[in-house]
Amino acid sequence: MTKVYVIGEGLLTPLGDSPQGVLEAVRAGKSAIREYPGWPEPYMASLLERSGREHPSFFDHIALQAGQRALEAAGTDPANPRTGLVLSTIKGNVEAIDNEDVSLAVQAERLAAGLGISTPPIVVSNACISGLAALVQGMRMIRSGAYDHVVVVGAEVQSRFIVTGFQSLKALSPTPCRPFDAARDGLNLGEAAAAVVLSKMPGGDRPSAWELVEGCIRNDANHISGPSRTGEGSYKALRAVLGHCTLEELAFVNVHGTATRYNDEMEAIALNRAGLQDVPVNALKGCFGHTMGAAGILETIVSMHACDAGVVLPTKGYGELGVSCPVSVSAKERSTRKTAFIKLLSGFGGVNGALLLRKGGAQ
Amino acid sequence: MKEVTVPAGVSLTELYRQEVGDYPKFFKMDTLSKLGFLLAERLVKDDKDRFTPREDRAVLVFSREGCVANDRHYVRSMEDFPSPALFVYTLPNIVAGEIAIRNKYEGETSAYVLERFDKAQLMAFVREAFQDPLTRSALVIWADCPSDTQWDARGWLMDREDVL
Repeated sequence: MTKVYVIGEGLLTPLGDSPQGVLEAVRAGKSAIREYPGWPEPYMASLLERSGREHPSFFDHIALQAGQRALEAAGTDPANPRTGLVLSTIKGNVEAIDNEDVSLAVQAERLAAGLGISTPPIVVSNACISGLAALVQGMRMIRSGAYDHVVVVGAEVQSRFIVTGFQSLKALSPTPCRPFDAARDGLNLGEAAAAVVLSKMPGGDRPSAWELVEGCIRNDANHISGPSRTGEGSYKALRAVLGHCTLEELAFVNVHGTATRYNDEMEAIALNRAGLQDVPVNALKGCFGHTMGAAGILETIVSMHACDAGVVLPTKGYGELGVSCPVSVSAKERSTRKTAFIKLLSGFGGVNGALLLRKGGAQ
Repeated sequence: MKEVTVPAGVSLTELYRQEVGDYPKFFKMDTLSKLGFLLAERLVKDDKDRFTPREDRAVLVFSREGCVANDRHYVRSMEDFPSPALFVYTLPNIVAGEIAIRNKYEGETSAYVLERFDKAQLMAFVREAFQDPLTRSALVIWADCPSDTQWDARGWLMDREDVL
């Protein structure tokens, strides 16, 4: 099977815009989560700085910036007819719904035009696993033989639409979120844009080659807005990617870890069912909040750099284990010499995704 | 390969009563989910061992408009009291989840947005989905509904052999 490598990355986050800088911020325990005035209820979130970035569409702006950075880092020709584009977002430009065509297809066309990509883009909008599903889609496009490079861009902008929706579901925490902690009481929303260039050949300016080995998406077939009590889909997705590695080579599993009661409990069950209870686990929502369509790509980029640095990043906000089965989660940074990890996500609609990445492409 | 449609303008409630009738959750769904649900019913109603959990069938949903019709309903509720029941349908993949729940499909479910309906392009994405080694068949839905009264809804049930 064709190997697929990450050869370029681009980030815009409240903790910085370079992968190395963001990694240092996370290692130092930084977070941009703070309280914002709401409509009318205030909310805690990690939002991007608007000033100096005035643009008719903030969403278009951040998606384009991240995509351009990734293309530049990869040295990829966007106009080549064998370069593709996948956009991951959940709500795109929804705040403009009363004034313009907010189909995600429009945002993808504008992004393709801005990046100079000539092939028709596809949008993956698969709830909170969108970013991971978009990486899987990019991998498949290269493996199909139709593309040499695929730019995968994930972006999310917060708005009254999303914030009031999560408030109506009572899913937001009034304090900085606490993944896997006994006192966790909900998530914080976040904004970011994150992009990678995938290629069938290693290259670009990354310090090391990372390969997307296998990805899998599975449904709980249980409930549209609540996770399975048995972690069914998450377990099945994990089981599929674990067929491509040994437990011994895994540095960590970077989980969804939204810090809602149900999500973290479900993930703990799925990890145990998959035999991963002793593999280090971490979650980054305490640093970035839940960046929705960007999360899968942002958290994968940060995890690759953590592995390059030989560390398992701490889970900010975690203190005391608050799930019903053992999970190796820690508030402190741990060291590792291992060179593979799994990215795990789950979302509304009962979707779950797992993606295995390995450094150097050797097994 | 099997192909079905739900013609624009028909009463979805009427269609549900004629062809399904035993799944009251239908009435909670947004128009996009109702369309996907009814297309799926037409495609799989004669399946042997229907409702036995299976992991080998993917549900792949495509559209241009995503869930914009329901997004507008949510925006209106937001002015007054934001409705959690409407908010959960402001995701283009919920329709795939509804089909998976109804039929106990534990395989891949994915939702995509494309600029226009182009069967050749759509089939290229379906072929790529079959790269998942466990996926043996796929329920493919094009359900585009810019409003609750206008739509283009077509569905296909395909096996790996149909597209590879």
